Amino acid sequence: MGQAIIVLLGVTVITFLLLDLLNTQGGGVARQILGSKAPQSQLIAWNHQNGFDKPFYVQFWKYLTRLLSGNLGYSYHYNQSVSSLLSDELPRDIVLGGISLILSLAIAIPVGVAQAVKRNKPVDHGLTAVSFVLYSMPPYAVAILLVQIFAISTHVFPATVTTSGNGWSAVFSDFSAQILPIISLTLVSYAYFSRYMRSSAIDTLAQDYIRTARAKGLSERMVLSRHLLRNSLLTVITLVGLSLPVVITGTVITESVFNDPGVGFTYVTAAQNYDYEYMLTVTVLVGVLTVLGNLLADMAYAMLDPRIRY
Amino acid sequence: MAVVDQNVPGGAPEPDAEAGEVYATGNPWVLVARTFVQNRLAVVGLVLIVVLLLFSLIGPLIYHAPSAADALASKDQGPGGGYLLGTDSNGSDIMTQLMKGGQSSLLVGFVVGIFSTVLGLVYGAIAGFFGKALDNVMMRIIDIGLAIPVVFLFVFLAQVLKPNLLLLIGMLTAVSWLLPARLVRGESLSLRTREYVQAVRGMGGGSWRIIARHLIPNTIGTITVTITFQIANAVLVLAILQYLGFGLPPTTPTWGNTLFLAMQNFQDGYWWEVYPALVLIVLTVLAFNFVGDALQDAFDVRLQER
Repeated sequence: MGQAIIVLLGVTVITFLLLDLLNTQGGGVARQILGSKAPQSQLIAWNHQNGFDKPFYVQFWKYLTRLLSGNLGYSYHYNQSVSSLLSDELPRDIVLGGISLILSLAIAIPVGVAQAVKRNKPVDHGLTAVSFVLYSMPPYAVAILLVQIFAISTHVFPATVTTSGNGWSAVFSDFSAQILPIISLTLVSYAYFSRYMRSSAIDTLAQDYIRTARAKGLSERMVLSRHLLRNSLLTVITLVGLSLPVVITGTVITESVFNDPGVGFTYVTAAQNYDYEYMLTVTVLVGVLTVLGNLLADMAYAMLDPRIRY
Repeated sequence: MAVVDQNVPGGAPEPDAEAGEVYATGNPWVLVARTFVQNRLAVVGLVLIVVLLLFSLIGPLIYHAPSAADALASKDQGPGGGYLLGTDSNGSDIMTQLMKGGQSSLLVGFVVGIFSTVLGLVYGAIAGFFGKALDNVMMRIIDIGLAIPVVFLFVFLAQVLKPNLLLLIGMLTAVSWLLPARLVRGESLSLRTREYVQAVRGMGGGSWRIIARHLIPNTIGTITVTITFQIANAVLVLAILQYLGFGLPPTTPTWGNTLFLAMQNFQDGYWWEVYPALVLIVLTVLAFNFVGDALQDAFDVRLQER
């Protein structure tokens, strides 16, 4: 726990230092906010008003105390608080990232087990080829190919997300537009998960308890579902834990391709507009999710596998 | 001799065998090579890598596209008519772009793969060997690095830095060395308790001697496998960075920017601009993964991220 806090503090400091680079460019953040015609004196006044002229540690301490009191900052570009922006956008990421995470696992787990059972048979080779090719493609290319096939050539699904509304209701009001993004992210995550699932299932299959289960006359079905599948799930728990931040970071490319205004999409716009506090808060938030995901994975792992003690 | 034998688990001969016999039957490199060659995919991967290298390095010496008098007139032309794979929307010959792009993409891949692994190797070996407080501090640094989202980092960097080949290599290395460091640290934690390390200690060998002469050489399996996977990863990430805005301009072709340029015009039906670049990226990543997987079996190492 103490380690987690140190890591989070480190992430915040480094992000803070990096984002300060924005202020080395031209007029920096102030220039971006006030426009190209603003006189120098106005920039200086703005920097002074927002504390950008103070030493690094003063700025950092101010930010940290504010963050800890629950104030996530203010987006200059969108002219609203970061917390209200996030509550508008996060539902999109949770729907896109969450559904594709569940779908990709729901495919990768049984397929991985099947591949391990049929190891080195044509089925295994075929499925491995599919996941390897998907894995080797840049994710944006996967998304654009899907758009080309399902939206432009055949018009099965819409090519982009058109609803500009926010929150949960907006996401579900135009759910057909979410289908292609979900499929494309599912394919990318599946390619990543399936490699782990196959090798983990193969390892499990070689264990003594599988031999024991078979030797005591359990049906192959029972061996696979009760012993193989359950033990392979340990790998999945770790992967799910590590995937927690991916719900936000993994959706950046997909959201950009499909024009889906979630957190990842907005981060890109925010970066282009030097939206300092939004970038800072979202990056720290991802840091929190990373640390939290690791902790959860460790805890779940220890709970499910009695051999593991920390 | 003795050092080499311990390099490879499974490759070590019986301890009481005679020296000459050991060399003849138990050379670990021969065993590694034999296991490697038995894996057909690995051989395919290796051949692919050689072909891709030849294509990028020797290709431009053999293949010459007609130089276009007017770039605008020759843009978006289909395959044929002197342009083997057609031209892109800048009027450049795609085949030539892909050959040059292969040079830079593979260069980035190899350099980042080797640099990041070596950096991680030295860092991880030191952290794992000394342990205690130093290890704790060094590993927290790794944790912090891994908790900073790479995608966000590059989207941000695209705003403040103008990428060139050197900067790309530097930044890719900066985000790639963390996992190898963690892998090697785990391995050196266990290696440092081995008898031969104690033996060196007993003979008066210092810590740095142990790290340089014994720990690092004994992680050779992990290192070779890691480099291979890191190369595949670097080639792929280089192509992704183009989409995030942190890529090179078309004047320095990479497979990534050729693909990105083509993808923007995909809706116009210029398929010949898209597929060759995509296939080259996929083949490269596949080839290095095949080789990496086979090396993993041959060296009998397990790469666990956690």
